[in-house]
Amino acid sequence: MKLNTKNFGEIDICEEKIISFPEGIPGFEYEKEFVIINNEDEQSPFHWLQSVNNPELAFVIIDPFVIFSDYTIDLPKTVQDKLNIKDEKDVAVYSIVVVPKDVKKMTANLLGPIIINVKERLGKQVILDDTRYTTKHYIFPQGEENRGE
Amino acid sequence: MLILTRKKGESIILNGYIEVKIMEIEDGKVSIGIEAPRDVDIFRKELYDSIQEENVKAAKQEIDINEVNQLLKESK
Repeated sequence: MKLNTKNFGEIDICEEKIISFPEGIPGFEYEKEFVIINNEDEQSPFHWLQSVNNPELAFVIIDPFVIFSDYTIDLPKTVQDKLNIKDEKDVAVYSIVVVPKDVKKMTANLLGPIIINVKERLGKQVILDDTRYTTKHYIFPQGEENRGE
Repeated sequence: MLILTRKKGESIILNGYIEVKIMEIEDGKVSIGIEAPRDVDIFRKELYDSIQEENVKAAKQEIDINEVNQLLKESK
């Protein structure tokens, strides 16, 4: 099917790629269907979560484990039930990225990961009950301005 | 907004199956017990708001992913 996207204009997607978010996501509760558009650069951890029904709505997402190697998620049983998760292998995890004017200060939301049951094509933004994480974790090391120069 | 007055130990019922009970009232703080089916998400509002706010911010931005990729490669 044809899909209008925020970043790539009209693209062709396979209908099987559509992921259902029965509850939408906070702030966009009425958006119930998304697709993941993978980065052409296979080395890149950045991808897009594009709304199916609203071309203007797309989030930049990352595979959090690439950047935050010690990131762990304890997925509540209620979430596992809601997403019909039977096997850990079926689970994909993404974090939504926010990019301020200074790109180096971009952050990932580790408190509210996007959890997807790839097999069932069911997704949800899960709000973790975990004080280790917040909605803003720097993706790039912060610190001295001239680091690496 | 509907406003109801409740005393300690009293409850309200939402939709016939969600019970919200006043457990304790002390020093301007109220402890609330909630009995709801497991598929009902319950959050402190400020937590939900913070996620919502972050999502709205993320949806508004225009990003050049190539630039970001380049930065990421340089930082490794």
